[in-house]
Amino acid sequence: MSERVPILKVGQVLIVSIAFDLSDETTLALQQDLSARIVETSARGVIIDISGLEIVDSFIGRMLSTIASMSSVLDAETVVVGMRPAVAITLTELGLSLGGVRTALNAEKGFELLRELSVFADFGTGEDAAWQASVDGAGHVPR
Amino acid sequence: MVPAMSLVSAAAPAQQLQIASDADVVRVRQAVRALAIAAALSIVDQTKLVTAASELARNTLVHGGGGSARLERVVNGVRTGIRATFVDDGPGIADVERALAGGNSTAGGLGLGLSGSRRLVDEFELETSRGTGTRVSVTKWKR
Amino acid sequence: MATQIEAKRIAAVLTEQRQTIVRRWLDTVVTKTRGRRTSAEVEQELEPMFDALASALNGGASDVSDGQLDELRAMLAEYSRSRARQGFTPSETALAIFMLRDAVISTISEREPSALGEIAGLSRMLDDLGLVTFEAYAQTRESVITNQAEQLLELSTPVVKVWDGIVAVPLVGTLDSARTQVVMESLLQTLVSTGSAHAIIDITGVPAVDTQVAQHLLNTVVAARLMGAQCVISGIRPQIAQTIVALGIEFGDIATKATLADALRLTLQRAGLEIRKIAKTA
Repeated sequence: MSERVPILKVGQVLIVSIAFDLSDETTLALQQDLSARIVETSARGVIIDISGLEIVDSFIGRMLSTIASMSSVLDAETVVVGMRPAVAITLTELGLSLGGVRTALNAEKGFELLRELSVFADFGTGEDAAWQASVDGAGHVPR
Repeated sequence: MVPAMSLVSAAAPAQQLQIASDADVVRVRQAVRALAIAAALSIVDQTKLVTAASELARNTLVHGGGGSARLERVVNGVRTGIRATFVDDGPGIADVERALAGGNSTAGGLGLGLSGSRRLVDEFELETSRGTGTRVSVTKWKR
Repeated sequence: MATQIEAKRIAAVLTEQRQTIVRRWLDTVVTKTRGRRTSAEVEQELEPMFDALASALNGGASDVSDGQLDELRAMLAEYSRSRARQGFTPSETALAIFMLRDAVISTISEREPSALGEIAGLSRMLDDLGLVTFEAYAQTRESVITNQAEQLLELSTPVVKVWDGIVAVPLVGTLDSARTQVVMESLLQTLVSTGSAHAIIDITGVPAVDTQVAQHLLNTVVAARLMGAQCVISGIRPQIAQTIVALGIEFGDIATKATLADALRLTLQRAGLEIRKIAKTA
């Protein structure tokens, strides 16, 4: 009975939104699912939204930095967004630094950061990229 | 006249939870969180306590081969707090000094979890010996 | 009272003399509180305590830490808290228990002098309970003061928006550990709620900084960074700079500037903004 964290694709970016208490098992499953999806979709960016996480302990901290390293090897950049203040304060006192994983305040800023990192050739929002791929010959963009 | 005033007593029956699986670690976290909220600890203190409990519960599972957690609200005079005690019959901690010094060792996460947890709580007691098991008790008071 | 048996004997005596003891007790308390509580109010508050005490003793409670006294202790704590909030003095509050002791002793010496010896142990227990009321009272007063202090704190450490995405915290006055932590949490929360990725912490108005405060400031910047925001600490005066160096505190790669203006300049740069002079049209 393990829950799996859903992975959404927006253009060339994969978004993972963690909104519940993660068990260690689910955490490991996420790592595997994510690396598979990155390869499958040739994603160039990963945004992990942890605004739903009330705590980040050493296990989850390691997961985040592992995902970042792993994605990097697969040529994708990772940004962790939405860390709660109480979590940030706790991690600081724990002395955990998330191993240099990039962070941003929220998903929007996360996308901005990915753009700045030149992850995308012609990046608007991820939606633009998806739409562009769906434009048919007559120039109509399906909604 | 010196009365025995500093008596820590339990304000309600203690909860006993077994730690035998991944899901149990999540259950411990949720139980500790509920107790912390009921005791009206601040959000930051709640986060710190639950994070410490998560680390210790995982240690019990992974390094202690499974065990149990005893969670209770305690009272000291007019102060209220939450106490969590983790017990296992595992191999015990071989090098306590090193474990408590922690630092950035990521080997199995034991070091960081133990020393980090100590920093997050107000009271920390550790009893361990090779071959007899480990008992860690942490307390966080409402400020 | 060393034993449970003695406790039960005292319980029996108390129960037998209940009416007299309670009457004397309540009358004394009403008199001593100079009419601020009516007879009926006092009776309602204190009578249950007598019964709780008698019942605990009857159950063999021979020490103030006995679990059977939990109910009485809780009643005392609540009683003290409400007194504290209403502005009674701590003496008036502890009075209740000490007057009970007096009522018990005077009644027993009149009616059953042979039981006087056993009452000694009860007397000690009542003294201990009197101290419980003191502690509860003190704690309530402290929390009233703390609440006021917190409100004062919030008023005196506002987090202000300087520009879109840039906030500043001008700290003024002496910083202590508690205050700095409150500021820290408030700043981080504001970063999230305003969606600001840049903060300037200005300590121009802070006369002195000790190790703990410096550590908290550092932790704030590190925590903000973890959340994806950057901070600059400004207003570091020469004296404070000297203290920091003397204390051996390392600011590492955390940006520090002497003036708020310099900090603003750096922050604007980081935020990809610039201020330009516009030629005025006549």
